[in-house]
Amino acid sequence: MVHAFEMNGFYIAVDVNTGSIHSLDRITYEILKAFPYDFSADKAIQMFGEKFGVEEVKEACHEIEQLIEQGMLYSPDLDQPLLMRQIENKSGLKALCLHVAHDCNLTCEYCFASKGSYCSERRLMPEEVAFKALEYLAQNSGDRKNIEVDFFGGEPLINFEVIKRAVDYGKELEKQYNKKFYFTITTNGTLLDEEKIDYINEYMDNVVISLDGRKSIHDAMRYYRNGKGSYDEIVDAARNLVSRRGNKSYYIRGTFTNRNLDFSEDVFHIAELGFEEISIEPVVGGGQPFHITDKHIPIILDQYERLAKRILDYIKAGNKLKFYHFNINLYGGPCIQRRLVACGAGFEYLAVSPEGHFYPCHQFVGQPQFIMGDVFKGIDDPKGLSEQFKRCNILTKEKCKDCWAKYFCSGGCHANAYYTNGSIDMPNELACLMQRKRIECALMMEVALSLESA
Amino acid sequence: MKHIKTLHKGTLKDSLKNGGCGECQASCQSACKTSCTVANQACQKQ
Ligand code: SF4
Ligand code: SF4
Repeated sequence: MVHAFEMNGFYIAVDVNTGSIHSLDRITYEILKAFPYDFSADKAIQMFGEKFGVEEVKEACHEIEQLIEQGMLYSPDLDQPLLMRQIENKSGLKALCLHVAHDCNLTCEYCFASKGSYCSERRLMPEEVAFKALEYLAQNSGDRKNIEVDFFGGEPLINFEVIKRAVDYGKELEKQYNKKFYFTITTNGTLLDEEKIDYINEYMDNVVISLDGRKSIHDAMRYYRNGKGSYDEIVDAARNLVSRRGNKSYYIRGTFTNRNLDFSEDVFHIAELGFEEISIEPVVGGGQPFHITDKHIPIILDQYERLAKRILDYIKAGNKLKFYHFNINLYGGPCIQRRLVACGAGFEYLAVSPEGHFYPCHQFVGQPQFIMGDVFKGIDDPKGLSEQFKRCNILTKEKCKDCWAKYFCSGGCHANAYYTNGSIDMPNELACLMQRKRIECALMMEVALSLESA
Repeated sequence: MKHIKTLHKGTLKDSLKNGGCGECQASCQSACKTSCTVANQACQKQ
């Protein structure tokens, strides 16, 4: 399969099965676009001879045929049964998301966690649950050395003491089990004081701070119980944290809704505040006045394209800015096995609720039908959820099998599929449209930069 | 070549044999936390 597209004056082709990338001229672009699956030089000459001249088209076809021979266009499907076996043989946990606080001091309009409470009473995770979870991960991560724990909520810093004790305990377990824990935290930023900033900068390998962009946009969605917006405090705290963080990873992440479909303005607002690692993502879900529907999609796709061009100019002018969804590593990137299953929810990745229940991922927490055991007794999964999640991948999902973006996307978000289509096997179409566009944007930026440096 | 310039020769197939060690960072694509695209994952072996 070959995907050819045009953006920002560049004509680009992706060979789906190898991940090869080509920069095209107008003729080869039109030809490849007309033949997504099987190439036929004779047909191409018939179709385009008149438009571009028979000799030119023949020459173009010859180049295409050469690349086919070299295995860089229309390369055959990878060995599907082998890939499937490789997925089935995957074992061992990789990461846990600890919901250390089902409570929040903000009441964000779009919160999927029902204002931090996850449809249940407000709760903090006790130390024993956190400790048991870390032990479980250390003992059940197989041969892997690198394992990960994300402190999540609600607002995790409400339970800062337990976080600190869990990290200390993790350090002990590292020695005992010969593992390396990576700790990360996702915070709304409102509780960041000097002590917590220093702590995070020292012990958290990554920190995600939520900021939606322009003050009016942010404050309309992310406010305290008394209705006051949280923008001012967060910007101050995030700047303070990042200025003292050195080279360690962080990112500022926000959500866009249909109220700021011009979200590239928000990305650049955050960049102008001095941040270089930014993620602004579409709100998940449906049914509320701010949610994204079909009619917003053309505007959003156009906005992504504008954003890509603007970031490209910004980088070329010597500035630094990484927009997470445009970060694609064309030249390195992960192995095929990693690309098949993406997040690994339900088998490599699990979420733990404050009371210690395992769930396939943080977005399923609070849905009793998704409980998969607990940290005290281990996995108890009579419904076979873990297997269901494992079997749900780009080799099995009808929609993904035929999608050019599959090895970049890895099959989308199960939670998004489940909450929109009632099944983890049916990706959310709107999410797919946005995902494919973001991948095209990322490829365009890479192509633009490589052609420039060539 | 005059019409096509290859910028990257993909190696997905080769990783069939050597990949899958499971040491790279976990990633979540959802709009609520780590949003790193899988395709930007750094391989821990390289
Ligand atoms: S964009 Fe959609 S169809 Fe394509 S791989 Fe991702 S989830 Fe599957
Ligand atoms: S199912 Fe979605 S939200 Fe859950 S870990 Fe996977 S990508 Fe993230």
